Order: sequence, then structure tokens, then C-alpha cells
Amino acid sequence: MKKILIIGATSAIAEHCARLWAKRGASLFLVARNSGQLETIATDLAVRGASKVDCMVMDANDHNAHEAMFEAAHLALDGLDSVLIAHGTLSDQAQCELSVAETLSELHTNGLSVVALLTLLANRFGAQGGGSIGVISSVAGDRGRASNYVYGSAKALVTAFTSGMRQRLSKANVMITTIKPGFVDTPMTAAFDKGLLWAKPDAAAARIVVAMDKRKAVVYVPAFWWWIMTIIKAIPEAIFYRRQL
Amino acid sequence: MQVQGWGGYPAIEAQVHWPAQRSACAALVQAGSLIPRGLGRSYGDSASAPRVMQTDYLDHFIGFDPATGVLVVEAGVSLREILELVVPAGWCLAVSPGTSYVTVGGAIASDVHGKNHQVAGTFGQHVHWLTLLLGNGDVVTASNTEHADLFHATCGGMGLTGVVLTASLQLQRIQSSYLQRTTYKASCLDEAFALFEAHEQASYSVAWIDCLAQGKNMGRSLVKLAEPSVTGGLDFSLRQPLTVPMHLPEFCLNRWSIKAFNSVYFNAARANRTEPVPLRSYLYELDSIGHWNRIYGKAGFVQYQCVIPQADGLDNMRRLLAKISASGAGSFLAVLKQFGAENQNTLSFPMPGYTLALDFKWTPKVAPLCRALDQMISSIGGRVYLTKDALLDAASFRLMYPHWEKFEEVRAQYGAIGKFASAQSARLGLQ
Repeated sequence: MKKILIIGATSAIAEHCARLWAKRGASLFLVARNSGQLETIATDLAVRGASKVDCMVMDANDHNAHEAMFEAAHLALDGLDSVLIAHGTLSDQAQCELSVAETLSELHTNGLSVVALLTLLANRFGAQGGGSIGVISSVAGDRGRASNYVYGSAKALVTAFTSGMRQRLSKANVMITTIKPGFVDTPMTAAFDKGLLWAKPDAAAARIVVAMDKRKAVVYVPAFWWWIMTIIKAIPEAIFYRRQL
Repeated sequence: MQVQGWGGYPAIEAQVHWPAQRSACAALVQAGSLIPRGLGRSYGDSASAPRVMQTDYLDHFIGFDPATGVLVVEAGVSLREILELVVPAGWCLAVSPGTSYVTVGGAIASDVHGKNHQVAGTFGQHVHWLTLLLGNGDVVTASNTEHADLFHATCGGMGLTGVVLTASLQLQRIQSSYLQRTTYKASCLDEAFALFEAHEQASYSVAWIDCLAQGKNMGRSLVKLAEPSVTGGLDFSLRQPLTVPMHLPEFCLNRWSIKAFNSVYFNAARANRTEPVPLRSYLYELDSIGHWNRIYGKAGFVQYQCVIPQADGLDNMRRLLAKISASGAGSFLAVLKQFGAENQNTLSFPMPGYTLALDFKWTPKVAPLCRALDQMISSIGGRVYLTKDALLDAASFRLMYPHWEKFEEVRAQYGAIGKFASAQSARLGLQ
């Protein structure tokens, strides 16, 4: 059975991925910032069929804790096959525009902390000669837009970083799947008005799990976002910057 | 945003909250009056209010013992998810309503019944205990033995006593996820009643009745009985249903199209045959069509479900059907079933007798029709099902549910008044 580490395990998308893995009998190591909900989720996953569930509380922004966390996960599960990096915050663009500290903090959480985790993980999986890594980026990383370019540029960093690392590790039998969700209906976005573009977290998770199974390089969630982003990326900047998208 | 029941009528403007975890619920309750809501499958306005608390994210399993069949879950877990987990382990819900798209919290609040009511009673009768968030933010455990008055008011209490957070359920052993179904054709109401009487001890029984058939055909129905199977394996796969993609235009449903459908449905069935069918398709026939409520168009529909006492049941049902048939408002197939014994829950719906459920496509003339039916039902000692109701008035409610004062006393005692209210509870004159 698979041994899977999930960072940001209380995020709705990660939790639904974990449910699918639990149903297959996987062993799971869950990492999140808050301990309260982590226990509820761990118990749930055990009932759903996970062979083993261990938890750890860690703030992804605490880089010094990363190595010890990987070590603990490795020890608890007796090895690691897959890692899903799913933590993040929904940046408040207006707040960021008013505050350097807020902007840098959002870039740190959504971009740099992922880079830090991947740097350690790449060496680990490279050395063990195999593994699968799923990293949740975003369609927002495909092109900066006025409404959320701070979050978007952090995700652009993640997308470019994973693309390069994927190339580097291809010979080591390590696959990094860059996951680009569009709008997903989660507690974080509960208050938004939902249109046709919104996906449910269970459907998003099903697509992510299959993409990681098939060792896909990049996956848009749901698939139609590939079409949307291909068009958005193709709009010449001279036209794009005068629009509000 | 707008909230509405499964029938689509009425729709009201509401502020909707989605607590991300159990511990976030108390603050919402303390901030003002609200009604908890699960998958929104009650038909009328019982889960609609100016403030609504959705339990979508309280969807965690807490414990499952495959040796004893005791399952502990959060209230937002759906019956569908439960079956997916427990059927392969040889367990099934002891009581299940006509759809699996229902949360445990909703099933308790409605004290739902199923096609096995005559032998298994209601959903609440298989709840070992539940935890309830009260109006003051406290969480109490209620069961048959602990806070029993609160427990009996909560099972069937339409979410008006508090928010069910977790519950412990007793599941029922199964050897197969199949049932042996036997279908009988009844050409009139007398035959249908005779079949129910003759098979009072059947594990499952239900009849689909053609409400538009008149004269000697009045009450023609397909009576479907079922017994647990011992062969066929244990599997409850969740197939994505075909979905009605949008509201159909108004003209699609009319007297003639419905008559045609009913005739085809009745005549195409093969009678007097016993055959294995998956639990899923016997218990949840309509779940195979996603959003079937859209067939009724944008205006929606009202579902009317009532129970009439056993005594004079046949005569009264005949009068009821005549009234509905004469109105021409009856819709697709209606459901007829014989109930078993009553339970001690304060506002529980079932009583020994016969229940009839049917849809009325919403038009302004449905309201007076339902009012006339309500009067007839209450005068013969029957009642309508609050989970389906969108139109009942306070006076009829009090006649139909004689324990309503007890219900209000328990609510007052546990601080529910002014904290939990729905559009329905306001209409029914509950505080």
C-alpha cells in the first residue's frame, strides 16, 4: 500500500484526495498548521480505510522544521512513495496592495515555502530513485491579473519551479505533477456566488489522484481550464493590460 | 442568496453560513436565530429561513465497528457515503428514505421512514445517541435514557431543538446488497389494500399508484415487495446518475403527458415475478435521475404526503383519491404504503395506517386544494408529513400533531426558542 505525506492536509482539496487514498488502504502522514481539525480528519480517514494515519502540526513557513517533518513522516510510514503539497492561503489582493509586509507574507506562504519544501524533497526522492509529488499551484499562476496577482505570482513561481524540477528529476524516476485548480467550492470560498466554473472538492480530488497515478506533468482541474487559460495566455499583453479579467 | 427546498417552492432570501468544523457552529448559533440544513432534500420550507447553517463540512466519520455495526458520524455525512462504506462490510442502514442524498442530521430531524417502516420503524429508532448544540452554545448528549425528552423532540423535530452535531447509529446486518423483489399489479385500490394486508410482514413494501386513473381503475398500482437476499455479493457502487440539465419548459408536463407516462409505467411492468434487484435501485428508485425536480419547471412543485389511520382506511383513501383525481392536479406516479406502529417521538409522522405521497406542479390553485385535503385529513385523525410540507396552517398543524405543546415545552426548557426557526416553523405558529 502507498505511503503518502500530505502537507496542508486540512485544505478541502487535500482532504478529499486523502479520502480517495484512504479508501485504497494507503498509509497517510498528515501535516497542517492547526491541530484541532487535523484529529477529526485523521479519525475520518482511518474509518474510511486508511491502513495508518499519523499527524503532525507544522507551519509551512517555518523552514527550519521541514527536514524534521520529512524525517518524521519517513519514520512513521517506514518510507515515502508520494507527497501532496497543498497548503496555502487565499490572499486578500486589496490588503496586499496597501502593505508590503502582507504582500511578502502571501508570497512566502504560497510560493517560497513550497520552494523550500520541494528543495529538500527533490534530494530525498532523487536519492531513493523514485516517487511521486503533487504540488497544488493554480490557474492564477498562468497569467497575472489585477484581481489577484500577488497570489497569482506566488503560484507562477510554483509552476515554473516545478517545471524545472520535473525536468531535473525525470532521470531519477521522480514525477512532479503541477496541479492547477480553477475555482473550487471550499470553506475558504463558501461566501462567493458560484457559477458554472466552480468545481466541488471531491470532483477536483478525483482528477488530482488520477493525474498523480498516471504520472501526468501538468493537470488543470477541471479540464476545461486548459482551454480557458490557453486563450487567456494567448491574448497579447497590449490588449490584455487594458482589460479587467 | 436564495434558498429553497427540493420542490422549489417557496424560495426565500437567506444569509447562508458554512461552518468549516463543529467548533465553529456555536458562535453562529449565538449570533441569532437560524435553521440547520443538510442536502436540502426536504421539499418545502422546513430547511429555509432568513439565516441558514449548512452542515456540508461536518462530513466526517468518527467510528465504525464492523463487528457490532455501530457507526458514529458527524451530522453532515450523507446516507450515500455511509452505504458506500458499510455495505461492503456487510451492513446497511436500518431505515432509509426514498433518496440516499440525505444527511444524517436531516434524517434525524425528519425522523425519516422507509419502505420497511412496518418492521423497522423510523430512522430515530436506530439512533443510539446524538450530540446536540443548544441555543446557548452548550453541547449535550441525548438518547433514550439521557435527556430523553430532548431526544424524542429532536428526532422528528425539524431542526427546531438545536443542531445535531454527531450521532451514533445502529446498522443492520445484510448478507447481500441485493433484494428479492416481487411486483404485483393491482387493478384498483381494493386490490392494492388487500395486497398490503396480505403482506403485512414483508421486509419492504411500497406501491406506485396512478392518481389520475378514475372509475373502476381508480387506485391502480404496482405493489412492490422485497425480502433481503443472501446471494449477489456486497457492493454499493456510486454511479453518477443521468441528470436533468435544466428546468423543463412549463408545457412538458400536462394532464395528457402524465396520463401517458402513467399508463406506460403501469403496463410495462411485469407482474407476479420475483427477481433480484440491487438495494440501490429498490430503495432509491429516483436517485438514478439527477435533479429530477427540474422536470416540473422553474415554478417548482409541492409534494403532499399524508397518513390516514388504519380504521376506515380504504374508504378514506378512496375519498382522498377521488378528490385529487377530480382536481386534475395530480402528477406522476404517487406512492402508497402501509405504515407500522407509531413511535414516541414528539412530532414523528408515521402512525398505523396508510400513507400517500404525490407531487403537485406548483400553480396558485394548488394552495386551496392542499387546504381542502388538510381539512379532510385532520378531520379523520391523519396528518401530513412536515418534511414535504410547504402550505399547512397552524390550526391544522395543531390538530394533526397533538403533542405540539409538549414539543414547545421541551424547546423552551432547552433554550431553543428564538434560536432555531424556519419559514415552516413560523407558518405553523411555533415560537
